[in-house]
Parts: sequence; C-alpha cells; structure tokens
Amino acid sequence: MKKQISKHEYQKLVEEKAPGSHFIKNLFAAFITGGAICAVGQIVMLIFENFGADKELSASATSIIMIFIGAFLTGINIYDEIGKFGGAGASVPITGFSNSIVSPAMEFKKEGHVMGVGAKMFLIAGPVLVYGIFASVIAGLFYFIWKQVM
Amino acid sequence: MAKRLGSQTIVLDKQPVILSGAGIVGKKEGDGPLARYFDDVVDDEYAGEKTFEAAESRLLRDTYIKALEKSGKSSTDINIILSGDLLNQCTAASYAFRDVDTPYLGLFGACSTMSESLAIASMLIDGGSVDYAVCAASSHFCSAERQFRFPLEYGSQRTPTAQWTVTGAGAIILGKEGQGPRITCITPGKIIDEGIKDSNNMGAAMSPAAHDTIRSHLIDTGRNLDDFDMILTGDLGRFGSTMLRELLNRSNIDLKDKHKDCGMLIFDLEKQGVDCGGSGCGCSAVVLSTYILNLFMQGTIKRLLFVATGALLSPTRIQQGETIPGIAHAVLIEA
Amino acid sequence: MSEILRAFLLGGCICIVGQVLIDFTKITPARIMVLFVVTGVVLGIFGLYQPLIDWGGAGATVPLLGFGNVLAKGVIKEVDEAGLLGIFTGGVKAAAAGITAAITFGYIMAIISKPKIKS
Repeated sequence: MKKQISKHEYQKLVEEKAPGSHFIKNLFAAFITGGAICAVGQIVMLIFENFGADKELSASATSIIMIFIGAFLTGINIYDEIGKFGGAGASVPITGFSNSIVSPAMEFKKEGHVMGVGAKMFLIAGPVLVYGIFASVIAGLFYFIWKQVM
Repeated sequence: MAKRLGSQTIVLDKQPVILSGAGIVGKKEGDGPLARYFDDVVDDEYAGEKTFEAAESRLLRDTYIKALEKSGKSSTDINIILSGDLLNQCTAASYAFRDVDTPYLGLFGACSTMSESLAIASMLIDGGSVDYAVCAASSHFCSAERQFRFPLEYGSQRTPTAQWTVTGAGAIILGKEGQGPRITCITPGKIIDEGIKDSNNMGAAMSPAAHDTIRSHLIDTGRNLDDFDMILTGDLGRFGSTMLRELLNRSNIDLKDKHKDCGMLIFDLEKQGVDCGGSGCGCSAVVLSTYILNLFMQGTIKRLLFVATGALLSPTRIQQGETIPGIAHAVLIEA
Repeated sequence: MSEILRAFLLGGCICIVGQVLIDFTKITPARIMVLFVVTGVVLGIFGLYQPLIDWGGAGATVPLLGFGNVLAKGVIKEVDEAGLLGIFTGGVKAAAAGITAAITFGYIMAIISKPKIKS
C-alpha cells in the first residue's frame, strides 16, 4: 500500500498543529512562584541575620530551612500543585531540589527502605549532584592550575 | 469458519455476542461526563489496598466479577480470560486473576489491549474452541505515572499535548450465543511508527496507526464511512483526533461527525485539567464496556467500529532516543 | 523591605530563564536543574555570581544557580587552604548542609506521609 505521507512530513505536520503552551501565562507563573519562594528565603535570611548570624552562616541556615519547607510541602501533598502552576518557578529554587528528593522517596517506600526509599531517593536529583560536584572538581582543578601559573 | 477479506480483515462466521460489560473507575473519572454509566466509582486511589499496583488489580478483578454477574454466567462457564494492562510484565492483570480458577492469556497491546482481547476472543469463539470468554483491561493513573513518568508528588508541569491515564477497568463477557451486540469483523493493525519521540504526545504517535487500520478496514470490506454509526478510537485525545482527521482527509476519507474518542468522552477536557484527554488501557475498556454498550442497548447505534490505539513504548527505549511505535486494532460491533 | 523585593525580582527572573528553556527547547526539568547547577559552578569559579548575591540576596542563593555557586566557592576556599586535596573536598564540604538536610528531611517525610492523587 502506498504511503500517504512521509515520516518527515508527518513530524512537520505534528509540530505545526500541536497546541502551544500558554507561554505568557507560564512565564508569569514561573516569575511569581520563583519570586515568592526567594522572597520567603530572604525573610528567613533576615531573621537569621537579626539574631546576629553572619552572612555566610545565615545563607547556609536559610538553605536548610528552605529545603525543609520544600520537603514539608511535598510531604503534605502540596508541592506538586505548586509545580504544576509554577513550572520552573517551583523546580529551579532549592525547594524544588528538595521536592525532587522527597517525592521519589515517598513514592517508592512501598518497595522497601533500602531498594525503595534509599535507592530511589536520588532518582531525579542524582544528576544534579553528579554534575554539580563533578563541575566543582573541574573548577577546582582549573583554579589550582591557574594559581600555580599566576 | 471465519474468512479473510482483503489483506488484513477477518470476517467472523459465528459472530460472538457481547453478553455484558462492566466498568469501574476512580474518582476523577467518576466526576466526568460519563459518571452515570459506570458500575462503581472508587474514591480511594488505593482502593483499600496497600499499593497502587494492588489497587489496579483490585479494580480489574472487581470489574470482572461485576461483568460476570451481569451476564448471568458463572465463572465455571468461562473458558478463558484475555486481559492486559500497562504495568511491567502485565502484572495488574496476572495478579487480578491469580485466584480465579480459569485459564488466562495475558496480553500486551498498551492502550489497544481491549480491542486486541476482543479480537482474539472472537476468533477463539468463532473457531469453536471457546464458548465464553472474558475480555478485560485496566489502567491506574498512579501506577502508570510512577512507571512511565515521575513520582506523584514531584512538581512538574504537564505539556499541552499530555493525556491523563484513566484509573479504571473494563470487562466484557463474550459468548457464542445469547442476546446482545455481535462482533462481526476484525482488522488487526500493523505497527506504524512515524517517528514521534515525545512521550507526552502519544496521540500524535498513535494516530497514524489508527489511520492505517481504519483505511485498511474500509478498503478490505469495501465500505465507506456512511455505513457506520460511529468510529470509536481508544485514546487519541484531542490532538491525536485532529491528526487522525487530517491523515484520513489525505486518504480522501471524511470522518464527518462519525468519530468519537474514548479519551475525550471520559473527561470534561475544559474543566478537569486533563489537557488532551484520557489515556491508558482502562480508558477505552471502560468507555466501551459501559457507555457504548448502553448506546447499543438503547438502540442509538447499530454499527460501530471500535479502534483502540496503543503506543508501544517503554521508558527505557524512549531514554535511549527511540521513537514511539503505534498500533490500532479494529473490531466491528453490530446490533 | 527593599531586600525582600529585590530577592523576589531576581529569583523570579532566574526562574523565568528556566521556564523559557522548558517551553522553547523542550529540555526536561531534570536537565534544567543540572544545567542550572553547572552554570552556577561556572559563574561561581569566575566570581561572576557574587554581584547577584550582593544585589538580590536569597533571590540569588535560593535558586539552584546559588547551589552551584556554593560548590564553586567551596572548592576555591579549600584549594586555597589545602591545595590539591581541596579539589576533592571543597565542593561537597560547602554543600554538606544542603545535601544532608535534603536526605534527612526526605527520609523523614517518606516515613510519615504517602503520595496522593489530585483531582
């Protein structure tokens, strides 16, 4: 039987006809969500600074609190809704990193504590650590060599 | 004996009868437009079980029991169960029927499973080796999400072409004799892969297969669209349906108002946040076994071509950069 | 108050960049996260991220770019103090709080709650 349409033509047709995402709405939602999360982070940081912590200490303490907030909102089944609305606004902040660790941990609890929670916890966030840490090693090496040369 | 017509269509001689059908769904489906046709709506996504996988098996088994009850047959009358689902190694079905004392054939046709099981059961009955058969399929949003996509609580955005896996199971009791609509003709489909890679756009991946099967069926039988009351596709969804119409137009086949899609019937696309509609083995199985059989009973439709479509992908092959093969099997149901 | 507003603006803008990448390039969110962390490391090692932190505070430190920056700053500090060994210890040492917090809270949440469908 003769083909009516080539693969290439079909793919082009699909691309042409596919409904686009609500681009403006998505950008706005990402801005609001991401902005709001960072504003909460700033408030937490200011509280720590108010108690006399220095900038660096309050920054790491803030990270811990934000990670807790992300984990907590995931645990009470809310963060996925935030993510559905906010898109990158929810996944780019560190609360999203936390969500990406807590959600598989919860999901795979049924497969046991070792092969479920333990093994699947970094299903999504694993790559972030792998490439983040590997990049830091490359960066460190680069910096080390630069220091010797200069 | 059945005989082959054209290149891929099989005309059945004994014309197996659909004795009964049942469908049980989850809460979201129960909130949809077809609510009143379902036999039961289970609000708890765990269906009283510990895991989503067990919940899916539970739905499937309860649906089988319900369908059996409605057919007036007992489980000892059934010669074979043909069932399948989306989970790895078809475990929703095999665990659903492990305590049922009936021979079982597990099928995998992704979301086309319901038409695959009807097609095979019809041939078995037509051949005289089986008197009564159960055809069933299931899917569960939560068990499918964790296998194919992300954990439930992961905050990701759905793309506009995404579809929502139906939580539900549908079962049909098929017999050699009795009252009900008959299966008269089947057209098993070929695997068609037009190179779609986006697993969030399964409608577009499956519509070429639906097009091919519908076209083959029409050519083989010499019929045209006016001979049917309805062409019912499985889960092409809104976008897949658009693509099917487009492809059929290019083959000079005009769907007019004959086309319906189970994925678009089961949800209210505007209000339920399912983007392009429902999907999953359970989608077409439930809609056919409840709403559509009801239309037959009312006498609203007399001849329907049921074309459940499947995307034969796995997460592994998609991650390896492969494209998505589609399939569609057609089953002609006549009053 | 202005500090909070600046955090909001900067954080929001960084997330917009992520959203543009998702919508226009079809890069999956998991890849966006990787991209942001690695970009953060690169910006951090050249000292280009600090001005953003000085202006936007948490608006710069809370997004994953900030996590990358922490890794970079950690490795610089350790190389300065411990030399070659610092290449291996710096990054994770600086990120220890974040990683440990994520594991700890992740485990606790997994124990006490279970996933639910939303309709």
